[in-house]
Amino acid sequence: MILRNVIKKNRYVDSIFLMLLANRLKSLEGIDRISAMMGAEGNKGILEESGLLDQAGREAAPNDLIIAILAESDEVVDRAVSEVDDALDQKDSGRSEDDYSPKSLDSAKNGKTNLIFCSLPGPYVRWEAKKALDAGINCMIFSDNVPVETELELKELAKEKKLIVMGPDCGTAIINGTALGFANVVSRGRIGIVGASGTGIQEVTVQLHHLGEGISHAIGTGGRDLTEKIGGISMLSGIEMLENDPATELLLLISKPPAPRIEKMILDRMAKSKKPAVICFIGGKTEEAEKRGLPAARTLEEAARLAIATLLKKKFEPKNFDMSPTEAFAAAAAESLKLAPGARYLRGLYSGGTLADEALVLLEKFLPFHSNLSHGQKLSDNAVSQGNTIIDLGDDEFTVGVPHPMIDYTNRMERLLQEAEDPEVAVILFDVVIGYGSHLNPTEPLIPAILAARERSKRHLSFVATICGTNEDPQNLEKTREALEEIGVIVMPSNAQAARLAAMIASRGKIDFMNSEKNCHAEKL
Amino acid sequence: MPKNFDLLQQPLSVVTFGLESFSLALKEQGIEAVHVDWRPPADGDQRLLGILENLR
Repeated sequence: MILRNVIKKNRYVDSIFLMLLANRLKSLEGIDRISAMMGAEGNKGILEESGLLDQAGREAAPNDLIIAILAESDEVVDRAVSEVDDALDQKDSGRSEDDYSPKSLDSAKNGKTNLIFCSLPGPYVRWEAKKALDAGINCMIFSDNVPVETELELKELAKEKKLIVMGPDCGTAIINGTALGFANVVSRGRIGIVGASGTGIQEVTVQLHHLGEGISHAIGTGGRDLTEKIGGISMLSGIEMLENDPATELLLLISKPPAPRIEKMILDRMAKSKKPAVICFIGGKTEEAEKRGLPAARTLEEAARLAIATLLKKKFEPKNFDMSPTEAFAAAAAESLKLAPGARYLRGLYSGGTLADEALVLLEKFLPFHSNLSHGQKLSDNAVSQGNTIIDLGDDEFTVGVPHPMIDYTNRMERLLQEAEDPEVAVILFDVVIGYGSHLNPTEPLIPAILAARERSKRHLSFVATICGTNEDPQNLEKTREALEEIGVIVMPSNAQAARLAAMIASRGKIDFMNSEKNCHAEKL
Repeated sequence: MPKNFDLLQQPLSVVTFGLESFSLALKEQGIEAVHVDWRPPADGDQRLLGILENLR
């Protein structure tokens, strides 16, 4: 094997471009491994550990691009290098001469600039975000790996200047109808959202859209905002912004369960709000909210329905399925009948963290589940499922050096094939998150992988999916659904419904959701 | 009104750092977005960056 590091001096390229480039090059014949990274110390460490760093790479500076290639011959390495050059040339030629590309915030901003969107590597976020806040500009920080101390410092500075910092690790926001980061094209309307969860915001806004309502704005806070350390600074700012916004008639708060003291503080604040509010703290208890007269939902879909009922002052009627309970039971039974003897487990392969969480919250009451989430039984190795498993493949441990699974399906497809080989697996449940930021054509990698999984499993394998998106999204919901249904995937209208149906199939009807009682509890037979 | 409130009332005008695809997505939606051709400041030297910041 030949290892060669090719260095492009002073060539800064963003990480998604590099990861997609490396993925493409991996398919070249004769390539064993390939990685393309900027020469930051952390990246060099990753390359060194994977045995991909040579002396040239060790000497690279943070501004240099390293392409590390392990291949069977010098000829193959040369071919890969020439592909890299072509890709970089193509990237440069894609930029028109009119595209103004300044070198700093100072030269990029003008009097109207009201937001920076930052997806830089974590260690550089503080430097740029502080400059923006000092200049009176709000921040959306998509980056993760930002120290919590930096988050607190930035949010306190923003509070002092009456600005907002959305993030760090804020994947989703919709401001004035504009999708920022991973977000869907949804109807404008009267419901304003503040959310500490990216896919949580996506699922709720999509469900509101399907139910004929819409949103005024969806403000993200980043997942750590409601911890004791940060104290909900951005959520409180977001609440105030929406309370003063004439387009917003109802506030909807979305988060994983906050720290207990922060939860009480936020709920006390909402109890005094001049606008009605609905609370959805996925996996948390609803008592604290209800004690204060605030309607509380246990799932994202329920949050959307409850928000509409509250807005219209109508009685909230929980539903487990859009179809009738009998139809759902029949659909699950028909699928269960096709399962091979011994196939009994459900495997949930998720790209959306909150969607994985929602599925686990819904199902763990009825079946024991393993997971890499904060609840459920721990897996002994997150790379291998055990029994019933729900796994968040967007978690940090799966995204070192590779793009998020909403952008690149490679990791998920490998896991799907792995699950198919386990004879005890009955149902594979998965999410397809479309919209801005996500893979432009998710069925392109998904369909061959599902067909290959079927082939490899040599038995009937049920696939149940949820597509988080709308027909207005660039990928188009209908088109995506039709393509999946054509190969026998059961596509449900929400994540909660997909999770319920998957459990009904895998348990062969031992679990059903026939009764639509409060909070959509299932009845165990 | 606070500047965060303005964010909801004024047209968005965004400066993006990092992944260029996010800037392109904003432009596709008709939003004014300027992408910074960013390089790590101080050649990525975090210690030097700290010194520069104190000088600011």
